Amino acid sequence: MPNILVVEDSPTMRQLVSFALKRIQGSNVTEAIDGVDALKKLSSERFDLILADINMPVMDGLKLVSLVRNDPNYKDIPIIIITTEGAEEDKKRALSIGANAYLPKPIQTQELIRLVNQFLGK
Amino acid sequence: MVEKEKNILKKAEEFLQIFKKGEEFTTELLKENERLRYKIAQLEETLRKSSEQSRMKLYEERITALEQENIELLERFKQVEEENKDFASKYVEVEEENNNLANLYVASYQLHSTLDFDEVLRIVQEIVINLIGAERFSIMLMDDKTNELIPVAAEGVYVNDLPSFKLGEGIVGGVAREGESYFAQDIVGHSTDDYTLPLVCIPLKIKEHVIGIIAIYSLFTQKRGFSNIDYELFNLLAGHAATAIFSSKLYTQSERKLTTIQSFLELLKEKPRR
Repeated sequence: MPNILVVEDSPTMRQLVSFALKRIQGSNVTEAIDGVDALKKLSSERFDLILADINMPVMDGLKLVSLVRNDPNYKDIPIIIITTEGAEEDKKRALSIGANAYLPKPIQTQELIRLVNQFLGK
Repeated sequence: MVEKEKNILKKAEEFLQIFKKGEEFTTELLKENERLRYKIAQLEETLRKSSEQSRMKLYEERITALEQENIELLERFKQVEEENKDFASKYVEVEEENNNLANLYVASYQLHSTLDFDEVLRIVQEIVINLIGAERFSIMLMDDKTNELIPVAAEGVYVNDLPSFKLGEGIVGGVAREGESYFAQDIVGHSTDDYTLPLVCIPLKIKEHVIGIIAIYSLFTQKRGFSNIDYELFNLLAGHAATAIFSSKLYTQSERKLTTIQSFLELLKEKPRR
């Protein structure tokens, strides 16, 4: 069963993404409310995939991506960015610092599942 | 002597006759044999031909039957293929419907998860941002005393910059009076700074009573128009958000009143001691 970390400050989006992943993927989903919370959860559990928002308080998604990519323990975990920032330069920036995919909100659940399957090798 | 010779000659002649007849008979027999052999050969040939023909006929019939079967199988295959395509498209539709229902469930669940007024407003904002894809919008509530729509929350704009609207005034006031949603003709890629002309305006209704509106001024660039789920979400917001906002407002007011009454009672209890 794949272990997925969902990092999102909005409870509605967290529930929506977790609900979709649990229902369709049969995945084990852990939720984090910001980048700092995500790092805490990463240190105590092994994850196969991270889904992260960009705009979050305390520590944003881009900082989290950067820290994860520079940590030898987590650097190979695929990261999908889910964000309201739909501009091409935002996407390029996120991908250049190590995100594997970029999904602008509002998300299509099927598209999310397709990406998750792709990174889980399903 | 002569008589004896004559007898011998006569017998010889008879023998010769017999031999001739025998020869003729043998010749006839040989001819008959030849004729019969020929006849047999003909019959055999006819038999062979007829057996080959009947076999050919059988083969032809079998081929025709198999061709017919092949055509039927191809037809069935096409039918099954069509059915499969139909099932596949129905599966996609059902999946989409499931996803939409999940979105509506989550939105509804979140809206009714709290009785805190500010929290409810924040959840409505989250839904409008994350599920609908609005970049700039406001939430206005009806002041029953003044019959005015007062801005209470906004995203992408300052609440204080927003005007209030009288019931029936312009698009926003009209939506509040009629209780019908408003959608501008072109919404994709459009943005407005004129708060009297929103792209979308949704009434927040409890039954037929409008308690407020949500006005959208711009969508995210990646949002390419509204789909069925968006309209479902607008309907959900019109009803559930209104109920959640109204309930939380009443709850907050009653909490406030309860605190006042409790303080008053405390004061009354304390008074005799003085």
